[in-house]
Amino acid sequence: MAVAKEKLLARKRDALAERLGALTLPEGGAWITEARKSALGRLEAMGLPAPRDEYWRFTKPDLLNAPKPAPAAVFDHGDEMPVFGEVDRIKIVFVDGVFDAAQSDDLTLAGVEIDRLAEAAKADIHWAKGVFGTVELASQTPVERPLAALNTAFATDGVLIRVTGKAAKPISLIYKHEDDCSDAILHNVVKLEPGAELTLLENGPAAARFNKCLEVDIADGARFHHIRAQGRDHERQAVTGMFVRQGAESLFKSFTLTANGRLTRNESFIEMKGANASAHIAGAALGHGDFHHDDTVFITHDAENCESRQVFKKVLQKGAVGAFQGKILVKRGAQKTDGYQKSQSLLLDDEAQFLAKPELEIYADDVACSHGSTSGAIDEDMLFYLRARGVDKGTAMDLLVIAFVAEAIEEIEDESFREEITERLESWLLRRRG
Amino acid sequence: MLKIENLHVKLEEEDKQILKGLSLEVPAGEVHAIMGPNGSGKSTLSYVLSGKDGYEVTDGTATLEGNDLLDLEAEERAAAGLFLAFQYPVEIPGVGNMTFLRTAVNAQRKARGEEEMSAAEFLKVIRAKAKDLKIDADMLKRPVNVGFSGGEKKRNEILQMAMLEPKMCILDETDSGLDVDAMKLVSDGVNALRDPNRAFLVITHYQRLLDHIVPDVVHIMAGGKIVKSGGPELALEVEKNGYADLMESA
Repeated sequence: MAVAKEKLLARKRDALAERLGALTLPEGGAWITEARKSALGRLEAMGLPAPRDEYWRFTKPDLLNAPKPAPAAVFDHGDEMPVFGEVDRIKIVFVDGVFDAAQSDDLTLAGVEIDRLAEAAKADIHWAKGVFGTVELASQTPVERPLAALNTAFATDGVLIRVTGKAAKPISLIYKHEDDCSDAILHNVVKLEPGAELTLLENGPAAARFNKCLEVDIADGARFHHIRAQGRDHERQAVTGMFVRQGAESLFKSFTLTANGRLTRNESFIEMKGANASAHIAGAALGHGDFHHDDTVFITHDAENCESRQVFKKVLQKGAVGAFQGKILVKRGAQKTDGYQKSQSLLLDDEAQFLAKPELEIYADDVACSHGSTSGAIDEDMLFYLRARGVDKGTAMDLLVIAFVAEAIEEIEDESFREEITERLESWLLRRRG
Repeated sequence: MLKIENLHVKLEEEDKQILKGLSLEVPAGEVHAIMGPNGSGKSTLSYVLSGKDGYEVTDGTATLEGNDLLDLEAEERAAAGLFLAFQYPVEIPGVGNMTFLRTAVNAQRKARGEEEMSAAEFLKVIRAKAKDLKIDADMLKRPVNVGFSGGEKKRNEILQMAMLEPKMCILDETDSGLDVDAMKLVSDGVNALRDPNRAFLVITHYQRLLDHIVPDVVHIMAGGKIVKSGGPELALEVEKNGYADLMESA
C-alpha cells in the first residue's frame, strides 16, 4: 500500500518536473517573492493532479498538466455585442493573458485601489501581502489544489483590488483570446474592507489554456458580487480557482455562465469565519459534443448562524459531460448553520453524462443542511403543452432549457444582470439552433 | 369547421385500439358536446386532434376547414386555429405565464405570416382579458400554472384561448375540479368567445357544464365511436338514466 502510494506520488512529481521545465519563477519584490517561493514549495510537495486523486476521478487533468496547451481556435462571435457590453464599468483587458492598456480604462475608481500584479510585484511591500497566496494556501486543506499553487507561484499578472467603500460601478475583467496556442496564467486578488461593496465581472476565454486564481478576502459587513461568463471557444481549456474567506455579516454571491469549452474545471473554496455571513454560489453550464465541465465546490462553515447556497445546473447533449463535486463542511461550534446544495442536470439525449458527488460533513448538532442532485430529460408533457399553444419545438425546448437554469440565474442579486444573462443565453441557444 | 371521418387510433406502445371508426362534424358557429363513460376514448380524441405523440392513426381522416390535421405538427395545428383546453394543465416552473403567452401568440402570428404583437399592445390586451376571468397581475407573473389552484388553472386555459383566438376550441373536461362559482366564471369566459366563425367541442362527463355552455348538438361516445347524437335533451337523458341505457339502445 505504502509502496503504491509512493509510486503514485513519484508519478505526480514527474509530471510536475516536466511542467516546470517550461516555466520560470518570475522576479519581484520581497513580499511577492516570499509568496511565490512558498507556493512553489507546496506545489513541489504535492506534484500535479493525477486521475486517481479523489477529486480528479471525474475529470482528466492531462490537458491542464501538459507543458504546452492543446491549440484552441478562436470563436467567431460575428457581430454580437460582447457580454456586459452595455454596462457602465471599469474595463481591464487581457489578451491571451497579457494586459492591454489601450483597450483598458484608466484604473481609477472612488473607494477602490486597483493595481496590476505586474506593477505591484516590483515593490518591496504591498497591501496584498496578507491575501496573495494566503487564501489559496488555506484552500489546500483538506484537499490539495496543485494547479492553484502553480498559479500563485508563476502568475506574472492579474489585478489587485482593494475596496474601502461602495464602488460606484462594477470592475470588469475581460479576457480576450486571439492566439490559437496561448497559455495564460492570471492571479487576481480582491480585498474588501469592513462594510465595502463591489461587483466584479469577468468574461472571455482568455487563451487556448487558462489557469486563473481569484482570491477574495471579505471583511465584516462587506458585500461582494461576482458574475462571470466563460468564453465560448469550443476547444479552450480552463482551470479556475476562486478562494474566499468571509468575515461576520458579510455577503458573497457568485454566478458563472459557461457555454462550450473542451475542458472547464471551476474550483471554489469558501470559508465562513465570522457569524451571520452568507455565501451563495451558482452556475449554469451548457454544452454539447466535446464538452467537459466540472464544478468542484467546498464550503466551510466555521462560525455560527451562517447561510450557504450552492445551485448548479448543467444542460448536456451529444456526448457532453458534466461533473459536480460539492461539499458542505460544518465545523464544531458552527451552530445554526443553514446549508443547502443543489446540483441538477438536464440530459437532452442518451449520450450526455452527468457525474455528481454531493457531500455533507457536519460536526455541530444544531444545523440544517441538505442537498439534492438530479438528472432528467426534457419533460414531454411540458413540451407538448407549449407546442399545443403554437410554440415550435426548437423554441419550446429553449424555453424549457432557460426555465431549467433560471434557478441558478436567480442567484444574481441585480435584476439587470439577471436579464442580461438570460437574454444572452436565449440568443446563444437561438444561434446554436441556426 | 372540424370534420372527422372513420377515425381509428391505437396506442403506439401497445396494441390497443382506442378509437374505432369515429365520425363527427362540427360546423362553424356551433357548440358540440361529447359525453361518454370513462375509457370511451374522449381524451384520446382530444390528444390525437391536437397532435400529441404516442398515438397512431390506423385509418380515417380529420380536417380543419378542409386541411388535413393529422399531417401537421402540434404547433402547426395550433397556428391553423386548433386549441385544446387541457384537462390537466401542465405546470412549467421557470417560465413566466406572461412570457409563455406572448411567445405563443407571436409564434402563431409568425406562422400565419402576420405581424408580431408589441409588448405594449400585448400587455394592454392581456390585462383586459385577464380581468374578465378574475386573473390578477400576480397570476400573470407567476410561472405557468405553478402553485395555481384547480380553478385558477382552468381559468388560465380560458385566458390562453381568449388570447390566441382559435377557430376550433376543444375543451377536455374543463369542468373537472371546479366548484360552482369557478364553473360559472369559466363558462362565462367560453360563452363570451362564441362566434359565428368559431366552433367548440366540449368534452365532459357531466351534464351540469352544459347548463352553462349550452350545446347545439350532444354526442354520446362509447367504445371508441359516436353511438348517438341529438339535441341538448340527450345530455339530460344521460344525467337521468346513465350511459348503460343509451349504449344498449345504440
